[in-house]
Amino acid sequence: MITTTRMKAVAISLVCLAAALVIPAVVQSASYLNLAILVLMAAQLGVSWNIVGGYAGQVSLGHAAFYGLGAYCSTLMLVKFGVNPWIGVLCGGLLAAILSVGFGWSCFRLKGHYFAMATIAVAELVQIWFTEWEYGGAAVGLYVPMDRTGWLWMNFATKLPYYWLALGLLLITLAVNWWIERSYIGYYLRAIKDEPDAARSIGVNIARYKQIALSISAFFTAIGGSLYAQKELYIDPNSVLSTALSIKMALVSILGGVGTLFGPVIGSVVLTTIEELTRTVFGGTGRGTDTIIYATLIIVIAVFYPTGVVGWWRNILRRRVLNTASNTADSEQSSSQVAGAAAVKGGQV
Amino acid sequence: MNLEIKNLMVKYDDVLAISDVTMSVATGTIVALVGGNGNGKSTTLRAVAGLNAAHAGSITFNGQAIQSVPAHERVPLGLSLVPEGRRLFPRLTVRRNLELGAFTQSDDHEVKSSVDEMFSLFPILKEREKQLAGTMSGGEQQMLAIARGLMAKPRLLMLDEPSWGIAPKFVTKVLDVIQQVNATGVSILLVEQNLSKALSIAHYGYVIQTGRIVMEGKGQDLLHDDKIKQAYLGL
Repeated sequence: MITTTRMKAVAISLVCLAAALVIPAVVQSASYLNLAILVLMAAQLGVSWNIVGGYAGQVSLGHAAFYGLGAYCSTLMLVKFGVNPWIGVLCGGLLAAILSVGFGWSCFRLKGHYFAMATIAVAELVQIWFTEWEYGGAAVGLYVPMDRTGWLWMNFATKLPYYWLALGLLLITLAVNWWIERSYIGYYLRAIKDEPDAARSIGVNIARYKQIALSISAFFTAIGGSLYAQKELYIDPNSVLSTALSIKMALVSILGGVGTLFGPVIGSVVLTTIEELTRTVFGGTGRGTDTIIYATLIIVIAVFYPTGVVGWWRNILRRRVLNTASNTADSEQSSSQVAGAAAVKGGQV
Repeated sequence: MNLEIKNLMVKYDDVLAISDVTMSVATGTIVALVGGNGNGKSTTLRAVAGLNAAHAGSITFNGQAIQSVPAHERVPLGLSLVPEGRRLFPRLTVRRNLELGAFTQSDDHEVKSSVDEMFSLFPILKEREKQLAGTMSGGEQQMLAIARGLMAKPRLLMLDEPSWGIAPKFVTKVLDVIQQVNATGVSILLVEQNLSKALSIAHYGYVIQTGRIVMEGKGQDLLHDDKIKQAYLGL
């Protein structure tokens, strides 16, 4: 049964991958291709957030701090020192991973809602700091120059290469999540999430493993931020450091299925599409409509599907298996009853 | 002496949970800490395991003061806690729960042979090897919790209410297992509300009331003490 389910999951994953590879050939419209890129980028952020928020159960609402750090690091290195963005992207990731130690040190002392609130506070401080930081463009922000284009400089005049970049980054992040799920780190994180006291009593250094999860998560979130900067060619504190962005990262995971591999991808497809559709349909007059839909979705998820789309789907499959098993048992029972009755009739008993 | 606790005081914020606990566990013995609900039994155990901070007093394990040692560093010293309510990792299999119990061991072969040892000590776990821990019965879960605690190869195994929430026939089984484990040289500190059961297998016992040790003595002596009979056994 487990093997069949796993085979189905692998088959579905391969079909999705094939679809992702075919999309650029099928989609001719630049705006739809842009939507696909946004879905992939949001999915990558959700998958990154899932490492700490899903597996370790630490609901961070301040991940925009890492996203912004990544975006600013690669952009500043390029603008101020002419450093290649590929190097800038890695530096941004590493910087975020290193600074996440301070983030963790200040927030991991708190639990549950207090932790979530502390992460918001830290991210807000980071945003304020960047808003005031003249060298980093302050509130005006920074432009990524278009003077050197091509794969070497991660700068393109068309959308298509960004699609491949976003897809590649998502696949790498998914691969890391997959490895975490199956490695001992994943088991320790699940132990910490489910039973922190029990984890401590078997010798797990909770603070260390939460920090490992946060650093990996911060690294990939920052890389996502750098990719955003390279794609949009402009960043400011509001676009890469806002709390709304942090909430979106958490929400794509929660909607799709927190602590699951593909949950954030599903969540991203739903949320990003809604976000872009409302933006297109309502335009400037409908500003905030996506937030209303987000809020409604949060309530619906919390009340009806706390395990997200993936959890909901697994429940359906589980029920179907149970129904099949009970039907088989019923039919076996009734056939044995018929046989028994026939035997009684024939005087065999 | 395996474990020595002197004048231990633990607070939850400003609330005093235990005010003055002095007790010890001699090497190779079973010691029971008994008392009514809310008198500080579990808090004492959690303080020894490092899950609660000691506000005053001292905890010495094999001659080493451990009251300021973090919980995760106490396990390699030979202290293992089987927490109240079992606290298994419900989404992981029986085998994985056992392997996680050996967190402080780095040798994979050693971990594997420890798992096999646990399977021979608890054959039911071998049958349930691939089952998710959260789907087992209360008694089986308790067996797994004890086995997970033993995976750390402790010198002192602390059990918090092992009879909690399990069928009476399993309680006897669990107590048998505790004696079996003790026979291998592992000291046991047993916290129980079920006084008669706990004292019947304990070499020594302590009675705790409102955060203080109010009585101590050999297990059998306490079991037949009139005051205890009246106060706790309703006899």
